[in-house]
Amino acid sequence: MPSSMPASRRKFIGDCLGVLGAGGVIGLLLAANARVAEALPAWALRPPGALTEDDFGAACLRCGLCVQACPYDILHLARLSDGVTPGTPYFVARQRACEMCVDIPCAVACPTDALTAPAPGIAAARMGLARMTGPDTCYSINGTAQCGACYLACPVKDAAITMERRSAGGRVYFEPTVNAANCTGCGKCEEACVTEEASIKVLPLALARQDRRGPLPRRGA
Amino acid sequence: MARRHCLLRHRWLLLRRVSQLGLLAAFLAGPWFGLWLLRGNLASSVLLDTVPLTDPLVLLQALVAGHGAQMAALSGAALVLLVYVLLGGRSYCAWVCPLNLVTDLAAGLRRMMGLARGWQMRRHARLVVLGAVVVASWASGAIVWELLNPITVLQRGIVFGMGAGWVLIAAVFLFDLTVSAHGWCGHLCPVGAFYGLVGKTSVLRVNAAARAKCTDCGDCFRVCPEPQVIAPALKPAKPSASPVVLSGDCLNCGRCIDVCDEGVFRFGSRRVLRLHDSSAPPPPT
Repeated sequence: MPSSMPASRRKFIGDCLGVLGAGGVIGLLLAANARVAEALPAWALRPPGALTEDDFGAACLRCGLCVQACPYDILHLARLSDGVTPGTPYFVARQRACEMCVDIPCAVACPTDALTAPAPGIAAARMGLARMTGPDTCYSINGTAQCGACYLACPVKDAAITMERRSAGGRVYFEPTVNAANCTGCGKCEEACVTEEASIKVLPLALARQDRRGPLPRRGA
Repeated sequence: MARRHCLLRHRWLLLRRVSQLGLLAAFLAGPWFGLWLLRGNLASSVLLDTVPLTDPLVLLQALVAGHGAQMAALSGAALVLLVYVLLGGRSYCAWVCPLNLVTDLAAGLRRMMGLARGWQMRRHARLVVLGAVVVASWASGAIVWELLNPITVLQRGIVFGMGAGWVLIAAVFLFDLTVSAHGWCGHLCPVGAFYGLVGKTSVLRVNAAARAKCTDCGDCFRVCPEPQVIAPALKPAKPSASPVVLSGDCLNCGRCIDVCDEGVFRFGSRRVLRLHDSSAPPPPT
């Protein structure tokens, strides 16, 4: 019976409950926060060899060694207000795309398995996937000019992006076409696109696969 | 007793500032001048391009979240743990943590304005936060404390760009200044709680070997960020009690050594110690 319980024990049990309650509430808040913060925005890409986004949040120590290892200063370490999980590395293809170093220094610098250099080499990296997001603004498709800037910029030449001959309404044009099996997601095409807002964009893999406008071939297909 | 020279009264404080700022400078020398003494940041770094160092609490979160069992990270964390087992767990707080500059400023301002200690939570609240951080990392499968940790937000911000991080640092400063003396470091910070646990067995400890000379002036209690650790060593119930500050909460900051004009305190080992006066009986062997 509680009334017969010594005051010291009551206090002890009260303390324990208080501690457990406080810990639980803080824990839930932090967990919810972690979930929210994990989603990667469409404009941000991880360095080559990154784990899937779910695992990345557990493996990345937020140390910035990859950012400092990048010889082209392309990677950013997310600040509190950047919209990317704070302290994790990302780059914005439209600003500056990955140069696809053969030795992948960012992945080599990582102290955990958050970044692992792909064994077959940088061409096997899948930082994201290019999508023709603005076929109406693309100069090559809408007939403004024979552009092909994305095709020329693509480092996996004639494999990741090809210019496919199309004809519609008596008009012949060349459509930049992404071949998902070969696209590393480096972002060179998005960086090079000449329209005001890029007509071709590299999306994080999770987003690119969700895209409803057409089934995407799986990696290696 | 006459007051000693001003420099002597701030000797350890000055050394601490040199250590804290020097460490920041070592992290900044690379990005600013191409002199890569330390790459990375306090979460994980590489010393002179050879020695890996990793914050054990960050790695612990990664491990319970299901990752991080990689050689570089594990050996780096083991090395850091070894250093703090030798030099005192919360030496991190006093000698390394850049946020200590901010919270010390708040504490100093409180002392200057003569403010009372304000709202004082239980000291073990930080252990609850530490537990919550570990549980949340396990539950969410992510390193959760690094979303909020003001220590790494500040240090990462200085090295890699601050963004809105200043808001968080300002919040900690204002909390310590207006709500609770030593509120953040002393009651809430799970990093300090973690290193406090490490420090329970650490070798380097402050002792009050010359406690017989104490004049009850209270200078040490006023300046100490964790004053509860002093009494058991300085004013024990039994005269034969050990004069070593055994609590893991002690930061090894050396401020008590600085301010004591009677020279009661000094650094020493946890084990080897004799009382410095003949009147007190020796500690039990």
